[in-house]
Amino acid sequence: MEMSLELLGNAVVSGLLLGGFYAAVTIGVSISFGMLDIVNIAHPAFIILGSYIAYIANTSFGMDPILASVIALPAFYLLGMAVYQVYYLAFERRGDEALRGLAFFFGLLFITEVTLVLVFGVDYRLVDAPYIGPSIHIGAIELPLRLLVPCLVALAMVGGLQLFMARTFLGRAILAVAQDQLALRLMAANPTRIKRVAFGLSIATASLAGAVLIVIQPVEPSIGRDYIGRVFAICVLGGMGSFAGTLVAAMALGIVENLTATFYGPSWAPAVAFGFLLITLAVRPAGIFGR
Amino acid sequence: MNGTKFVLLLLIVAAATYGAAWAIGNAYVFFAGYIVLQYIALATAWNILGGYTGYVNFGTAAFFALGAYSTVVLHKLTNLPLPLMMPIGGIVSGLVGLGTGYLTLRLRGAFFSIATLALAVVVQTLITNWDFVGGSRGAYIVRPMKAPLLGIDYIQYLFLVMLGLVVIVLATARAIERSRLGYGFATIRDDEVAAEASGVPTLRLKLLATTLSGAFMGMAGAPLPYYVTYLDPASGFSLAYAVNGVAMPLVGGTSSWLGPVIGAILLGTLQQVATVTISSALNLLIVGLMLVAFVIVAPNGILGLFGAGAKRARA
Repeated sequence: MEMSLELLGNAVVSGLLLGGFYAAVTIGVSISFGMLDIVNIAHPAFIILGSYIAYIANTSFGMDPILASVIALPAFYLLGMAVYQVYYLAFERRGDEALRGLAFFFGLLFITEVTLVLVFGVDYRLVDAPYIGPSIHIGAIELPLRLLVPCLVALAMVGGLQLFMARTFLGRAILAVAQDQLALRLMAANPTRIKRVAFGLSIATASLAGAVLIVIQPVEPSIGRDYIGRVFAICVLGGMGSFAGTLVAAMALGIVENLTATFYGPSWAPAVAFGFLLITLAVRPAGIFGR
Repeated sequence: MNGTKFVLLLLIVAAATYGAAWAIGNAYVFFAGYIVLQYIALATAWNILGGYTGYVNFGTAAFFALGAYSTVVLHKLTNLPLPLMMPIGGIVSGLVGLGTGYLTLRLRGAFFSIATLALAVVVQTLITNWDFVGGSRGAYIVRPMKAPLLGIDYIQYLFLVMLGLVVIVLATARAIERSRLGYGFATIRDDEVAAEASGVPTLRLKLLATTLSGAFMGMAGAPLPYYVTYLDPASGFSLAYAVNGVAMPLVGGTSSWLGPVIGAILLGTLQQVATVTISSALNLLIVGLMLVAFVIVAPNGILGLFGAGAKRARA
C-alpha cells in the first residue's frame, strides 16, 4: 500500500512538472488560436524546428540548449511575422481562412517535417546538459532536474508573457485585437500590424518550447504530430486565450497522462489527450475558464 | 447529361482503362494503377465533405487505415470475399466519422479539423496496442495467387475491384452535386449561419457528409492488406494518405467531382514516377510544396486555372 502511494505521489509530481512543460508548448497556440483566431496547426512543427536548432547548437558548439533557444528567439519572431504576412495576404484578406488557410498550415507542418527528415534522418536526437540526469529528493518524492528545469523555464515564459500582456501598451493592444477587431479599426489602429507582432511572439515561444522538449525527451521529426492533440486540448480546456487557464489545463493533462502511463503503460498516453479534447469539445467547449 | 448516362460513361471509361492496362500486359501497370485508383477514391471521398461543405478532414489516414484493419480482422475470422469486406470496412470508418462529427460539428469548423488530426494519433495508438491485428509488429496477409470466380491474377483483381469502387464513388459524388443534398452542402460551405436561419438542417447534412466521406475512405482502404501483404501501423497510418487526401482535391479543384480526379491522377502518377526515380521522402515534399503553392496562388485548383470551375459543374 505504501509502495503504491509513493508511486502515486511521484506520478502526480512528475505529472505537474510535465504539465509545466506542456504549458510552454501550448502558450504559442493560446496566442495564435486563442487570441488571434488563427488555427495554426503547424505550431508543433515550429517547436520541433526549435528542438533541432538547440540540438545543432549543443552538439556542434557545446552550447546549453536553453541558452541557444534564447539566442534563436529573434529569428523565430521574424519567421512568425513572415508566416503571418503570407497568411494574411493569401487567406485572411480574402476571407478564405476556413478551408485553404487550414490546408496552408497543414502544408507547412508537413513540409517542415519532411525537410527535417531529409536533412537529419529519422533517428532520435538528444542533447547534453548538466541538468539532464540528476534528481533532487524530497522525502519519497523524486524531482528529476530534466523535468524541473523545463517546468521552471515554462513558468518563467508564461509569467513573462502574462506581464507583457497586462502591463505594456503593445500587450494590451494584442488583447484588444483578441476582443474586438472592428472596434480597433474604428479607433484608427491597424489590427493587422498588431496581429503580425502577436503571431511573431507565438512562434518565438516555439523556440524555447523546442529546447525544453529536447531536454525532456529525444526528438525525431514526426513526434510533433503527437503534440497536436495535446496542444489544442489544453488550449480549448484552458479557455482559449487565457494564460492562467492554459497553465492549469496543462498541469491537469500532465497529471492524468502520467497516471495513465504509470498504471496502464506509456503506449496509451497519446490517447489521453484526445479523450481530453473530445470530452472538452462535447461537454464544455468554452473551457474551464471560459465565459 | 443525366445520372444514368454519366454512370454508363464512367463504366465505359473504366472498361477502357482496364482494357488498356491489360493490353500493355505488364504487371507493374496494375501495381501502379491500383495506387492511382485508390487515390482517386480517397480524394473524391475527402471532397464530399471538404469541397462540398467546406469542413477540412485531416484524418484521412485514420479512416483509410480503419478500413484496412477491418479487412485484417475479417481475414483472420472469416472467409468473406473481398467485395463483401469492403462495405464492412466502410461501415466501421463511417461510424467513426459519424461519432467524431457528432461530438465536434456543432462547434466551429476548426474544431472538427483539429479533432480529426488528433483522431489519427489515437486510432493509431489503439491499433498499435491491439495484439490481435499484429500490434506494432504488423500483420501478414497471404495473398491468393488467383482471384475467385474470375481466375485472373490477384493484382489484376484488386485493380478491378478498386476500379469498381472509383465508379461508385464518382457516381455518388456527381449525383450529390446535382441534388438538393448538394445545394444543402453548398449553403453550409458558403454561409452556415444564413443556411441555418433559412431552415437548412445543417447539423444533419454535415453528419451525413462526414459519414459518407469516412465510409468511402474506409472502403478504399479495405483491399490494402491484400495489396501490401504486410500491414503495420506506420504504413497503414502513413502521413502520405493524410497529406494526399487534402492536397489532391485542392490541387485539382474542389468545386466539382472532376477536380479530385485530376488532382489524384496528376499527383498519384507523379509520386509513382518519383518513388521509382527519386526517394519517397522527397516526393512527399513535392506534394507538400504543391499543396501550399496551390492554396496560395491558385485557390480554385487546376479547374479554376482553366476557367472550368464552379460554372461548368452547375451546368
